[in-house]
Amino acid sequence: MNRITDHPVLGRTEKKCIEFFLDDTKMTARSGETIAAALLANNIRTLRYHEASGSPRGIYCNIGHCFECRVEVDGKTGVRACMTEVCSGMRVYRQQQLPRPFQEGGRER
Amino acid sequence: MNEAEVVIIGAGPAGLSAAIQSARCGLRVTVLDEFMKPGGRLLGQLHEEKKGVWWNGIEEADRLYEDAVNSGVHIRLGTTVYHIEKENRWVTETSEGTWESRCLLLAAGAAETPLPISGWTLPGVMSIGAAQVMTNVHRVTPGNKGIIIGINPLTMAIARELQLAGVEIEGIYIPPYEKKFRQMETPEQILAGMQRMAHLAPSFLLRVGSRFLVNQWTRQKAIQFYPKKGLSVWGIPIHFDKTVTKIIGENEVKGGFISSINAEGIIKEEEQYRKEVDFVCISGGLYPLVELAAVAGCPFYLIPELGGHIPLHNQTMHTPVEGLFVAGNITGIESAKIAMVQGETAGLSMGKAVNGTSRDIEEKLHQSVQNEKRIRAEALIQFHPEVKKGREKMHELWQNYVKESAAAKE
Ligand SMILES: Cc1cc2nc3c(=O)[nH]c(=O)nc-3n(C[C@H](O)[C@H](O)[C@H](O)COP(=O)(O)OP(=O)(O)OC[C@H]3O[C@@H](n4cnc5c(N)ncnc54)[C@H](O)[C@@H]3O)c2cc1C
Repeated sequence: MNRITDHPVLGRTEKKCIEFFLDDTKMTARSGETIAAALLANNIRTLRYHEASGSPRGIYCNIGHCFECRVEVDGKTGVRACMTEVCSGMRVYRQQQLPRPFQEGGRER
Repeated sequence: MNEAEVVIIGAGPAGLSAAIQSARCGLRVTVLDEFMKPGGRLLGQLHEEKKGVWWNGIEEADRLYEDAVNSGVHIRLGTTVYHIEKENRWVTETSEGTWESRCLLLAAGAAETPLPISGWTLPGVMSIGAAQVMTNVHRVTPGNKGIIIGINPLTMAIARELQLAGVEIEGIYIPPYEKKFRQMETPEQILAGMQRMAHLAPSFLLRVGSRFLVNQWTRQKAIQFYPKKGLSVWGIPIHFDKTVTKIIGENEVKGGFISSINAEGIIKEEEQYRKEVDFVCISGGLYPLVELAAVAGCPFYLIPELGGHIPLHNQTMHTPVEGLFVAGNITGIESAKIAMVQGETAGLSMGKAVNGTSRDIEEKLHQSVQNEKRIRAEALIQFHPEVKKGREKMHELWQNYVKESAAAKE
């Protein structure tokens, strides 16, 4: 378990559990946290696959500056997982590698 | 279109403190922030100032937020500002609509300088600030055991915060030295800067002996004879003689390649080994988030002591652009207490801009400017040892600017 429920200085937290979906799989989150925090608490660190290379990417700055954590939320693409509050029933999708038909002269890779 | 006398971009310590003062001057104030909680970077902060006395950023943020709301300030969260423009009045374009105002305060804070190290895009690699926010704000650990790259006041403070939350820190290392990165420091230069961390690393300084850090030759020797296991602070090993050359893992972080280096940062090829960890934090330092000031047409100066390019401003937080004010880390990288007092000054200046001058407001402004200097002199956390010099440079640049524009008018 990677949630810090009892902190020596900050004390205890108890928040309501809610459910949301990542790539159609049900996950639990705590109300009031970001999508990025909820996914990390579920041991999920890969938030997307790079458009061109397909390499896995996760959070980097966690405060909205770098845009590394962009995901699709309820049909909207390019949403920053670190800045967006997770909501009950929310459907989050990881971005996948995109086809590159015009690279390498249009040949199959 | 929404309307206010004062629009403030950023609900960090600077923006909230400014809002409170302006509202107390009787102005209608709206604060815009893109995060879902008010407080900005305060939210992650947790430092032991004296034995048993904690600087708890969450409590500070709650207090500021409450004061602001009680003073009649409107706070709009989840609102990203993407454009500002001066027509007759200031026009602020956001994800949630447009605001018009007489005065505009930019209090957007700072960002972390990225350090591209081989393997840094792997999930599990994050900036040091990311780990701070995960741990202290969201209460989720970044991993079980991690490496930190970058020895500076921020990594020292956050390493301690991670440890408090039960996360193990394998060690703190020097970033791989690359001459081509302008602001990079050699291990010897970083060691010289350790004196500014006296508050955070007392046991380290006692062991190295701060007197030895004073001249370059002894610093080079200190690195040459540095203990192989590192010197520890709170039980966390700090490695002035080692760097991380590569972060390894296929789909996630699995570890890092550690290399010994000399005082100039040159890697010793024969001394390399692997450490297993499940997360890595990178820290390249902080710089002011000034894009909006550039969009507004504010002149800039490069002042390394303040963290980078700084919008021209005076001690009462005016910029040369009519109705545009700045406060907090956008004016230079310092701790939250400085951001607060700068915010108060800016809030009063906006009060004066709208209501006109009075003896009362002039006195308060004078007091607030003096407070900033006093708080700086007493600061426990300083991101740059020469910050005072940086502030003086800006003051001079402002005076020159005023003189030159007066001459141009004649
Ligand atoms: C990652 C990080 C960690 C830090 N940790 C510490 C620490 O441990 N101790 C310490 O003393 N100092 C720390 N600092 C320094 C910190 O900047 C100051 O302590 C202080 O918080 C600065 O206050 P501020 O009000 O100027 O800006 P901030 O506290 O950064 O607040 C700025 C606010 O503006 C908002 N914002 C920015 N741009 C926009 C936009 N376009 N639209 C809408 N909203 C926007 C942000 O969401 C943020 O809430 C840290 C800085 C960073 C970047």
